[in-house]
Amino acid sequence: MEHNVCFSVRDLDIRFGAVHALHRVSCDIARNGILGAIGPANSGKTTFLRALNRLNETQDNYRMSGSILLEGRDINKDFKPEGLRRRVGMIFALPMPLPLSIYENIAFGPRRQGINDKRRLDAAVEESLRSAFLWEEVKDRLKSAATKLSGGQQQRLCIARTLAVKPDVILFDEPCSGLDPISTAKVEESMVVLKKKYTIVLVTNNTKQAARVSDRVAFFLMGDLIEEDVTDRIFTSPKDKRTEDYIVGKFG
Amino acid sequence: MRRFKEFIIEKLVFLSGILVILFVCLIFVFLLKEGLSFFKDVKLSAFLLGKYWYPISEPPRFGILPLILGSLFVTLGAVLFAVPLSIGAAFYVAEIAPARIRDFLKTGIEILASIPSVVLGFVGMITLVPWIKAIFHVPTGLTALAGSIMLGFMAMPTIISISEDAITAVPRQYKEGSIALGATRWQTMYRVTIHAAKPGIIAACMLGVGRVIGETMAVMMITGNAAVIPRTFLQPVRTLTATIAAEMGEVVHGSAHYHALFSIGIILFLITFMINITADFFLHRVRTK
Repeated sequence: MEHNVCFSVRDLDIRFGAVHALHRVSCDIARNGILGAIGPANSGKTTFLRALNRLNETQDNYRMSGSILLEGRDINKDFKPEGLRRRVGMIFALPMPLPLSIYENIAFGPRRQGINDKRRLDAAVEESLRSAFLWEEVKDRLKSAATKLSGGQQQRLCIARTLAVKPDVILFDEPCSGLDPISTAKVEESMVVLKKKYTIVLVTNNTKQAARVSDRVAFFLMGDLIEEDVTDRIFTSPKDKRTEDYIVGKFG
Repeated sequence: MRRFKEFIIEKLVFLSGILVILFVCLIFVFLLKEGLSFFKDVKLSAFLLGKYWYPISEPPRFGILPLILGSLFVTLGAVLFAVPLSIGAAFYVAEIAPARIRDFLKTGIEILASIPSVVLGFVGMITLVPWIKAIFHVPTGLTALAGSIMLGFMAMPTIISISEDAITAVPRQYKEGSIALGATRWQTMYRVTIHAAKPGIIAACMLGVGRVIGETMAVMMITGNAAVIPRTFLQPVRTLTATIAAEMGEVVHGSAHYHALFSIGIILFLITFMINITADFFLHRVRTK
């Protein structure tokens, strides 16, 4: 098991000013699997996710303690934030392409790493769009504005632009909260394909979605990690009463 | 009784709204009436392209090309000086400065905006003008350059505060999206934020230019007021505005000179009107986006 660990989180404690968002959370995230993080609003699951690519740092009054190791290296000490974020990509709840063309949205990440060769960029754009199941829909209008795409297409574009950076891990922050069922199915389908090559952490408000796609599930409640286990066990015989109550819909 | 009160208040509010527009129209009509009669005696082309402004010689010559070029030189210089500095400042205030420094800077910018232009002109006359004379070894420091720099200071508060609004209005998701793709803070600012805020920044610059072109007092004090066609920034110039301000007091009422000054007013009005329309166009584009 040990060699198969991607992230190893120990005693992660996070505050934003007076708000204590996460209470000494510890868990391991396995490579090439999908960890679903579920829990009601303000449970700390998104804060947990944003700690993994150090995106919390962009907020004021942020303080953390504890450690997060990515393949044995401390993400807060052994990485530059930009370097870390190239290995740990992120998909947001609101699909928000940059105000550029489709092509330039995908090429944005590679360009920032200094790749400007047109052939390499072309190849990266096509490959990323194919992996995100978007190529066929947009291949004839790569130069048009990305903001003109539909919601579902925009979300897959955001997946594609993250893939273009060639990360090892992809963080999904409620990626389907604004999408219709068909677009949701497409995004879920791509997640299942992607986990062969990437480690995925999925934060979702939709417990059914976590049940459909995750290999393991972590349940957060009010800043605590209540339990983390194989998906089937969480949904059939959870150890903690609170997990069961949440899953059957008694609250949340 | 209450009904009657409502009625009166409603009409009063309506009246104040209409009056503003009416005043603008009246000013414009007056300007046209006094200005257009000038063109009975002088051709428009001779007015706009004439190289000499000798309104009281015999026969008088009313060519405003030197004045237009004077305004243009001073404005261009002010833009070159103020725009890069202001956009940089706007970015610093909106994106980089910690909260305490940001508040401090914003107060400073407001104070800069509230300095009366005559005071700026006065300060420029005492400090800047001798410096220019000494540094560039020119016969007088009262030059287009001096006017440009002082007017730059006047345009800066406008450009900074409107640009800053535009930068702050860029959705957080753009910045986070860019950062999450491994872009640095600087790359995000340069590649994403400035791109998204561009219409607002352009509008800010246009409004700044509008202020510069219409400004009178400071330029009159420090540009030397020589109505000759300028060739360099180190030459005295005279602007459209300064000409009106300087000559209107002594002109014979109803003479050709008098009407010529009004025609200059019309030209100025048209220029600033066009600039404001352009700025409005860009600001509107931001809102509808």
